[in-house]
Amino acid sequence: MSAVLRAHALGKRYGRRQALAECTLEIPPGHVVGLVGPNGAGKTTLLKLACGMLAPSAGRIEVLGEAPAAGPAQLARVGYVAQDTPTYSGLSVGDHLKLGAKLNPRWDAKAARDRIAQIGLDPKQKAGELSGGQRAQLALTLAVAKRPELLLLDEPVASLDPLARRGFLGQLMESVAEQGTSVILSSHLVSDLERTCDYLVLLVASRVLLAGETEDLIARHHRIVCTRRERTELPTGLKVISAAHTERQSTFIVRGGTEPPVGDWAAERLDLEDLVLTYMERAAEPARRNEPTDLTGAAR
Amino acid sequence: MIEFHLDARSGVAPYLQIVGQVRQALLLGLLAEGDKLPTVKEVVARLAINPNTVSKAYRELEHLGLAAAKPGVGTFVTRSLGQASLLEHGPLQQELRGWLAKARTAGLTEPGIEAMFQSTFRESAEEER
Repeated sequence: MSAVLRAHALGKRYGRRQALAECTLEIPPGHVVGLVGPNGAGKTTLLKLACGMLAPSAGRIEVLGEAPAAGPAQLARVGYVAQDTPTYSGLSVGDHLKLGAKLNPRWDAKAARDRIAQIGLDPKQKAGELSGGQRAQLALTLAVAKRPELLLLDEPVASLDPLARRGFLGQLMESVAEQGTSVILSSHLVSDLERTCDYLVLLVASRVLLAGETEDLIARHHRIVCTRRERTELPTGLKVISAAHTERQSTFIVRGGTEPPVGDWAAERLDLEDLVLTYMERAAEPARRNEPTDLTGAAR
Repeated sequence: MIEFHLDARSGVAPYLQIVGQVRQALLLGLLAEGDKLPTVKEVVARLAINPNTVSKAYRELEHLGLAAAKPGVGTFVTRSLGQASLLEHGPLQQELRGWLAKARTAGLTEPGIEAMFQSTFRESAEEER
């Protein structure tokens, strides 16, 4: 099967502001992809380009082998839930389902009704009266009942409390298990994604710093704690992602094979959050060097 | 039917936690031969985890000869690990007791013993994979 999303030198500019630049990426199908990165990295822009709400200013993007929003058939294959999970506040939950049925050729009315009952929403209630968590569940129900091949979710859990978050992600994972939908969901919190995503794309300042299956990424990165030494003294084949030193000790985060690197040191794996933070800190380093260097007080 | 839970801070891969919980349920007699494990869909809806994690755990259980998948029906336990099997491992427990005594004599404290056990356990689990 071909990629669910393929971008080449993709760029988007809003007036003078460059929201996304030179983004090249290929995401294989059958994954729940976590799109992570700091605020302003271009995550939302990338998702909007992918669903066709925005047109690129530069480069190319293909979704499920076609240009985004190329026609009704392509639109039916892609589901998109925008940030803050918008719904029509004046319409009832039941109206939303009716609307979904009218607008979507592959609409699964029974699944939608069952889901609403399972979540415990009253079909007569106005969407404007729902809690944030309920509204998010409604938006997801609509997106899933459309039976898309690819579901794009922009920060779906950011505004939800932990219980609603668990409910939302549980519902999402259930539909993935049921329908085999590919999912791309963005978040600036890695902890939200650790259990749900099996593929990770790290976007920093519109560049893809890291992309791959999370299990493989975790397996290939290690933290080495050893006696003080230079990074050049480490075996070749280990790519140093970060290095920190005290007078006696050196700590390296390295990328290598899937086996822990062997040497006169302790090597351990990182969790996904530490891994992502390491790359993000590395990306921020040049900027940090430009800051005032009077850190004598802070460094102590 | 049993329910799974995940400990995010354990450092143990989620799929191995599920494998471990099935094993433990077998040892405790909560599961016996012929019992059905929860479906992938049920597990992911409850734990909000990736379906591949559960599939991988169930494949591992099959590989270990503890469960078998019946396509379209579910995954079923194929072996019981009752109290008898814990007793079978009595000698192993004795060895562990002996080792612990040695470790204390060597001056290792509890956190030290735990750290050594965990790192060795993880290493050997990784080697076996």
